[in-house]
Amino acid sequence: MCGVCGCGEGPIHSHDEPHDHEHAHDHSHDHGHHHHEHSAEHSHAPGLTQARMVQIEQDILAKNNRYADENRRYFSERGMLALNLVSSPGSGKTTLLTETILRLKDELSIAVIEGDQQTARDADRIRATGVPALQINTGKGCHLDAHRVGHGLESLNLPEHSLLFIENVGNLVCPSAFDLGEAHKVVILSVTEGEDKPIKYPDMFHAADLMILNKTDLLPYLDFDSAQCISYAKQVNPRIKVLSLSAKTGEGMENWLIWLRAEMALQRIAYA
Amino acid sequence: MHEMSLCESVLQIIEQQAKAQQFAKVKTVWLEIGALSGVEPEAMHFSFEVVMQGSLAEQAKLEIIEVPGLAWCLPCSCEVLVQQLYDECPHCGSHQLQIVGGDQMRIKELEVE
Ligand SMILES: Nc1nc2c(ncn2[C@@H]2O[C@H](COP(=O)(O)OP(=O)(O)O)[C@@H](O)[C@H]2O)c(=O)[nH]1
Ligand SMILES: [Mg+2]
Ligand SMILES: [Zn+2]
Ligand SMILES: [Zn+2]
Ligand SMILES: [Zn+2]
Ligand SMILES: [Zn+2]
Repeated sequence: MCGVCGCGEGPIHSHDEPHDHEHAHDHSHDHGHHHHEHSAEHSHAPGLTQARMVQIEQDILAKNNRYADENRRYFSERGMLALNLVSSPGSGKTTLLTETILRLKDELSIAVIEGDQQTARDADRIRATGVPALQINTGKGCHLDAHRVGHGLESLNLPEHSLLFIENVGNLVCPSAFDLGEAHKVVILSVTEGEDKPIKYPDMFHAADLMILNKTDLLPYLDFDSAQCISYAKQVNPRIKVLSLSAKTGEGMENWLIWLRAEMALQRIAYA
Repeated sequence: MHEMSLCESVLQIIEQQAKAQQFAKVKTVWLEIGALSGVEPEAMHFSFEVVMQGSLAEQAKLEIIEVPGLAWCLPCSCEVLVQQLYDECPHCGSHQLQIVGGDQMRIKELEVE
């Protein structure tokens, strides 16, 4: 039974489409029925057509936002830190995660939700480090939504004070709009991508609290202008914090680990 | 891609409302889209047509109300109009801007029967 949406399905039922719910089926039946009646009415008595206005005034993503609030409550009740990692494909999210896990797994309980359109390769890479990982394949979908993450939480059943990384689908566009209930979005940009990414995809850099500039080991071979890139990011989001590192060589990793430990500590505060 | 999933959410809301407010067909959908929401009105129109196929809003017309971007400039202490998230304050050139409007994507109202 779905504790998140009450949709009546098992803990990890897979929705092909986010709206593929039992209620959606109800609707389409109902609608077909009414619609039929109505069009009959039309042809026989056109004067009876009752066009009217219906006020909605709802955020298009209201439903996702409600699930995100549920997830956020779940995290805060358990003192968990959830981070939503977003980037273009290949910027090094999974590598950063495996390298981070190897350095922190003895001191923290860690788990990963992997979002990819296809395959369980990234979840396998995470499991090889010895921590639990759940793969969510989005199929055609280009982002994770809060509902599916909520189901992921049910099946992972993590201990209190866990650190949960959510690796989103590689895409700098729509994951910015879908709140998953995370404490922070962390955007990863690799130095092979070009310094103007922050102004080409401003929504993502606006939504993120931390930007990680990865693959700094490659800087000597490129003409990537780090200072310009960071300045673009701050132009879009004056509050964004930036860390430069190489997940491959480990250079700069220490700052990232300090940030993670500090954020973990903040989750232990019980605010009134 | 992005607009596609937004239209799917719009359809969900419409289907929900159809049940609650007893209507069977949607003639017009008004969306309020902020200039800073990252939504392309043109792509939205295209996706809308695709997503609404076979639904109670198949014949519906999409009307997009575009809302300008509005930011609060910290150095100037005033509200300014912005087109992009990376714009600078037109008065002082600062990037210390806090978005205060024009980032919404809302479904406002429907004309139904
Ligand atoms: N040179 C270099 N390569 C890296 C670094 N981090 C990741 N990579 C490589 O970049 C490619 C994509 O990495 P992956 O972690 O799968 O990226 P994801 O798609 O964001 O999860 C792989 O070949 C990695 O080995 C880095 O810091 N330096
Ligand atoms: Mg990956
Ligand atoms: Zn559910
Ligand atoms: Zn469900
Ligand atoms: Zn998407
Ligand atoms: Zn100003």
